[in-house]
Amino acid sequence: MDGTAAGGPAVNGAAPGMPPTHGLAGLLLLADSRLPAGGHAHSGGAEEACRTGAISGPEDLARFLRGRLATAGRVAAALAWSACVAAHDPKFPDMRRPNSHNTAPDGHAHAADAATAWRLLDAEADARIASPAQRLASRTQGRLLVRTAKRVWPSTALGTLAGAVPDGAHHPIALGAAAQAAGCTPAQAAMAAAYTSVTGAATAAVRLLGLDPVTVHRVLAELPLADLTDSVIAEQHDWSALPAHAAPALDLLAEQHLRTEVRLFVS
Amino acid sequence: MSANHDDHHDAPDGHGRALRLGIGGPVGSGKTALTAALCRSLGPSLRLGVVTNDIYTTEDADFLRRAGVIDPDRIMAVQTGCCPHTAIRDDIAANVDAVETLEERFGPLDLVIVESGGDNLTATFSRGLADRQIFVLDVSGGDKVPRKGGPGVTSADLLVVNKTDLAPMVGADLTVMSRDAAAVREGKPVLFTSIREDRGAHSVAEWVAGIVESWRHQHSHSHLS
Repeated sequence: MDGTAAGGPAVNGAAPGMPPTHGLAGLLLLADSRLPAGGHAHSGGAEEACRTGAISGPEDLARFLRGRLATAGRVAAALAWSACVAAHDPKFPDMRRPNSHNTAPDGHAHAADAATAWRLLDAEADARIASPAQRLASRTQGRLLVRTAKRVWPSTALGTLAGAVPDGAHHPIALGAAAQAAGCTPAQAAMAAAYTSVTGAATAAVRLLGLDPVTVHRVLAELPLADLTDSVIAEQHDWSALPAHAAPALDLLAEQHLRTEVRLFVS
Repeated sequence: MSANHDDHHDAPDGHGRALRLGIGGPVGSGKTALTAALCRSLGPSLRLGVVTNDIYTTEDADFLRRAGVIDPDRIMAVQTGCCPHTAIRDDIAANVDAVETLEERFGPLDLVIVESGGDNLTATFSRGLADRQIFVLDVSGGDKVPRKGGPGVTSADLLVVNKTDLAPMVGADLTVMSRDAAAVREGKPVLFTSIREDRGAHSVAEWVAGIVESWRHQHSHSHLS
């Protein structure tokens, strides 16, 4: 892929001719924990890890977050990148292979085809999330994000996605579509997904254990967010070959969490 | 579902949906008891749904289910991630989702009550979530609480002062509370209750029935009439 979609906006990070601030305002709004899309009530397994003692201080938390970023974070970043590329492409739907298009004679995809393609990408996300509890949490967050983003940044892609997966697309898919609507590049969508894969868990640990928030922010600052995002972008997989790093510990934490009577977070 | 499905919930205008009533107030003031009382009084005449925001567990939702005042399926519990005020004011997404789920599943409804997790005097509901709100205090917090004000006490559409039966025991002067509340609320209504003695909270139920009636009048679809 050459970094641009025919007739459409540039889709890669450092696109020539784009001002250096391109997409950044949207990225900041989208990644901000104050975005009113329900994210504040999800801990990404951190609540259960705190309850069982797996996380008891900043060192444990740092290990937990590195693992989360390298697995769930990497998968989410790749899915969000793919969703944002798809949403940017005027010839969407057939994005299974980035350079093959199956479009109507006028060059525009039929809405029904686009809906089918969104469902296909969503199914790729589903196949990469083993735990039913995590699937539920991901779809809940995706549904709330699409609903919020549709009102903040109305767009064709978000409307089609909402119609295609009415019970809620997986969160990274929703994030990629929302990022496009917010004017972000796919690289920025991938970064937002990597970032939100660790920040919610970190904040939850601060609230639950009373950890020093400055210490925890230093932990976040030392995570390889940029390296991970860069490597995800460099791979640029077909949908079927997107990364599928499993994290059995996160799956187990999510399942245990759903069965725990006393819980403050949704996941 | 069509890709061009027109989601009528996108805009928070009130047409064709239930009145959304927020019930907020400090821990232990009687929010859940009031919710149960309203279900008891209004259930026979109105189509109801309830969303609870427990601080943790599903204690409040379970209390309501056990009370048998409403079909248990019409109660949804929302988790708030340690921040009950965030879930009703700054990031209302999960609560709006729960309200809309109830309306889709059981609608049309007349009234959806959203009970907040117990919080402090600064907690109020976003207008994007609640059309009207009740703030519940109880006398055992001391009769100075209305004077101290705070957004909940001053701005709620109705202030309920509960547990009046305890006033003599805790040395709370109801006259002082009434005078102070009237002063900080600039004429908005205040009702004194003892839900333990009046299990239907009838004065509050009457006020709620009134706002549901005027809501219905203002927001009915003209093309349906």
